[in-house]
Amino acid sequence: MNETTNQEKKTFWEKLLSIDRRIIFLFIAVAISVPLFFKTSLDMPVSPVVQEVYNAIDKLRAGSKVLVSFDYDPSSMPELQPMAESFFRQCFRKNLKVIIMGLWPQGPLQANIALEQVFKDEDIKAKNLQYGIDYVNLGFTAGNEVVIDRMGHDFRESYPADSRGTPLSEIPLMKGVRNYDNIDLILNLSAGYPGTMEWVQYAVDVFHVKLAAGNTAVQAPSMYPYIQTGQLAGVLGGMKGGAEYEIAIKNPAKAVSYMFSQAIAHAVICFFIIIGNIAFFSLRKKKTS
Amino acid sequence: MRREVPLVLTAIVGITMIIAHFIPPLNILKNLFEDWFFIIAAFAIYLGILNLILINGDKIYKKQKGWPFGVVVILGFLVITVIGIFFSGGKSFQDPGTPFYYIYMNLYYPLSATMFALLAFFVASASYRAFRARNVEASMLLGAAFILMLGRVPIGYWVSAGLGHALAYAADWIMDFPQTAGQRAIMIGIALGVVSSALRVILGLERAYSAGE
Repeated sequence: MNETTNQEKKTFWEKLLSIDRRIIFLFIAVAISVPLFFKTSLDMPVSPVVQEVYNAIDKLRAGSKVLVSFDYDPSSMPELQPMAESFFRQCFRKNLKVIIMGLWPQGPLQANIALEQVFKDEDIKAKNLQYGIDYVNLGFTAGNEVVIDRMGHDFRESYPADSRGTPLSEIPLMKGVRNYDNIDLILNLSAGYPGTMEWVQYAVDVFHVKLAAGNTAVQAPSMYPYIQTGQLAGVLGGMKGGAEYEIAIKNPAKAVSYMFSQAIAHAVICFFIIIGNIAFFSLRKKKTS
Repeated sequence: MRREVPLVLTAIVGITMIIAHFIPPLNILKNLFEDWFFIIAAFAIYLGILNLILINGDKIYKKQKGWPFGVVVILGFLVITVIGIFFSGGKSFQDPGTPFYYIYMNLYYPLSATMFALLAFFVASASYRAFRARNVEASMLLGAAFILMLGRVPIGYWVSAGLGHALAYAADWIMDFPQTAGQRAIMIGIALGVVSSALRVILGLERAYSAGE
């Protein structure tokens, strides 16, 4: 009788360990999608690395020029797009002048998508922002870190014209902008190479420009050494960084609402890991006994 | 000559780029080499297009396995190129309202995001099978992963509310100290490796870039 029960239990643990991955997929699908239907505003503290990004922009005076490099594509959009929108919101509310560029071909398009979203805000719409005066999109240029390096000498060496083909000399916002000396802050939104690491190595270390970054959660940990050395002003890491930044600018939006979904998904993964370990130890105990 | 010329060019360009960093007058040469790089990078785009058409064209012609996907690739490439160049109505092809923007938003954007989103499912499945507390090292890794997975989302903040949000602060501590120390060690290791590889290329000891000769 005892032997039969042991056999049944063993079968159960073994079954649990070799569970069909589609069952896990189903749990994750439910954990991610169901919370998206609930409009929740989660309370979470703003971490120091995110607060530093906010402060770096907040300290700038109206009319200061900020450069933002969109170095990502739609695959990283859920994490980085909310950061881009919040960045534009903070800049436009402070009347900063924004210069957009991209080292990834899809980057400038992502910027346009973020701008389209931000321009729907009533307070920003009321400002009647003008292309070429309040913001400009330089577009994409091939060349990765060489583009960053050449911009340190003269923007025109990498970008003779903006994404619409207008020479930089004819764009009011670009008058007086020769190189990084005329830029008050750079924000790099990056999902890989070329990205923040290249901006640190070729812009910060060589031209001593102030840089903040927004990265995917996978990439963000590798940026922490640069924060401690002062090479980076701060980092928005993954969706959590985006959510905290939205809270910092007092405009909870997409990232904050997505965090509920991410929190449940993390909890489900933790649950599966616990179950897996219980099954693993039960089986090992039975084998040794 | 086919072997020597690329090696000599690489050595000259590599050494000049290093020296120019310390001797500003050599920036003229550095800029010249960077101009060459831009031209080569621009050509690489055309080379990529040619490669894409040739490989997929060949696949379709020979009716190799999966050839209909080749048709989709070539058609997709041609349609988006023609629309981007000829049907933007005088605006930049990337501007909202253009047909290119419409295709980007409604086809490329969701498809690309979906492909990346699939990672969540594979990570969950892999975590279930691989995260085992088999020994001390694995248990430490598991413990750190647990703290980070819960501490980096609001659940950790709420769950540990009675303990002064200890889980969230523990996650921040792991990120700020052990993680940063590990990252720094890896970065120094990579940097040393890059320096040694670069020197091997400049000195002509590493020739993989010239078709392995």
